[in-house]
Amino acid sequence: MERNIALIALFAALIAALGIIPAVMLPFGVPITAQSLGVMLCGTVLGARRGTLAVLLFMLLVCLGLPLLSGGKGGLGVIVGPTGGFFLAFPLAALVAGLITERWRAAPLALSAGVAAATGGVVLYIFGIIGMALVLDKTVAQATLLVTAFIPGDAIKAVIAGLATSALYRARPRAVLSRA
Amino acid sequence: MISLTSPVETWAHGWRAGAKLGALCIATMGLFALDSVAGQGAAFAVMLALYAAPGAVFFRSGIVRLRILWPFLLVILLWHLVTATPAQGAVIALRLVTAVGLANLVTMTTRLSDMIGVVRWLAAPLRRIGIQTRALELGIALVIRFTPMLAAKGAALSRAWRARSPRRPGWRIVLPFTLIAIDDAEHVAEALKARGGV
Repeated sequence: MERNIALIALFAALIAALGIIPAVMLPFGVPITAQSLGVMLCGTVLGARRGTLAVLLFMLLVCLGLPLLSGGKGGLGVIVGPTGGFFLAFPLAALVAGLITERWRAAPLALSAGVAAATGGVVLYIFGIIGMALVLDKTVAQATLLVTAFIPGDAIKAVIAGLATSALYRARPRAVLSRA
Repeated sequence: MISLTSPVETWAHGWRAGAKLGALCIATMGLFALDSVAGQGAAFAVMLALYAAPGAVFFRSGIVRLRILWPFLLVILLWHLVTATPAQGAVIALRLVTAVGLANLVTMTTRLSDMIGVVRWLAAPLRRIGIQTRALELGIALVIRFTPMLAAKGAALSRAWRARSPRRPGWRIVLPFTLIAIDDAEHVAEALKARGGV
């Protein structure tokens, strides 16, 4: 019980801390923050149930008014803003990533966790694009056009999430609850 | 941990947090139902007046927080100029700024402790049917405590990297960073158990 609470809370803090650490810049000037990488890691490392709880705890604190989103954003304005759909899809992305990592054990962990993170990313984009289409009153196709610049960065992040999860499994096998 | 609550005391700081959140929900639904430029303009003006009422310092810090919306406003502006539908563009842009502005206003005028009070109130029915909510309260406290600490350890990691390499650390610190979080979690779990557990 204590261990679950501690891991869930520390991973929620990890999502926040990854938003604070400077973003990597893509060659054509699009920033990648590591924040959504944190969401994916919650799913691939902690598994579906605990990963989702960690993400929900993080989101609760953002809604309560703590500046935990990348760039010091936070508060209730995040939900109604143009990127609110991405924010609201965080727990679902962690859930999907966790389920795939837990269930698909035949493949090496780096592969299954990488695919899990990529699928979680797709979920994130589906909701994010729908949210953006609603708030900006555009069609889904038009909203998709607005976010295409970020897709390469998120593909890279899925690969990193897969490699990091499998390295973590070698270093701390007990803590990778999705495979424990 | 710094919260987004404004240090400028306003009349709204004293209002009940639950009432403010309820009013925000109704106002946001109203904004999305409203389709006239005049109506959205009036709502926008009311929002600005609410920011201006507590004084210049509050107004300025509120406007700074809305600045992150500019790329989206630019896209909307260009889009509706190209498609020659300026009225529709004005409605969308005004609604976006007003909705985010009002939500930020609630965040700026509500203390963290009052917000946590709302969470406790919302969780009350869970307690009545026998679900423990102590874990939730402990989790909130742990995240608030450990976010700045983890961020500091992450910054130390990236400084250590820079001391040995001319290149930026980038994604390479993700793994050691996650390891730190896991090891800290194990220590915290042991400390909690040693103090009598949850």
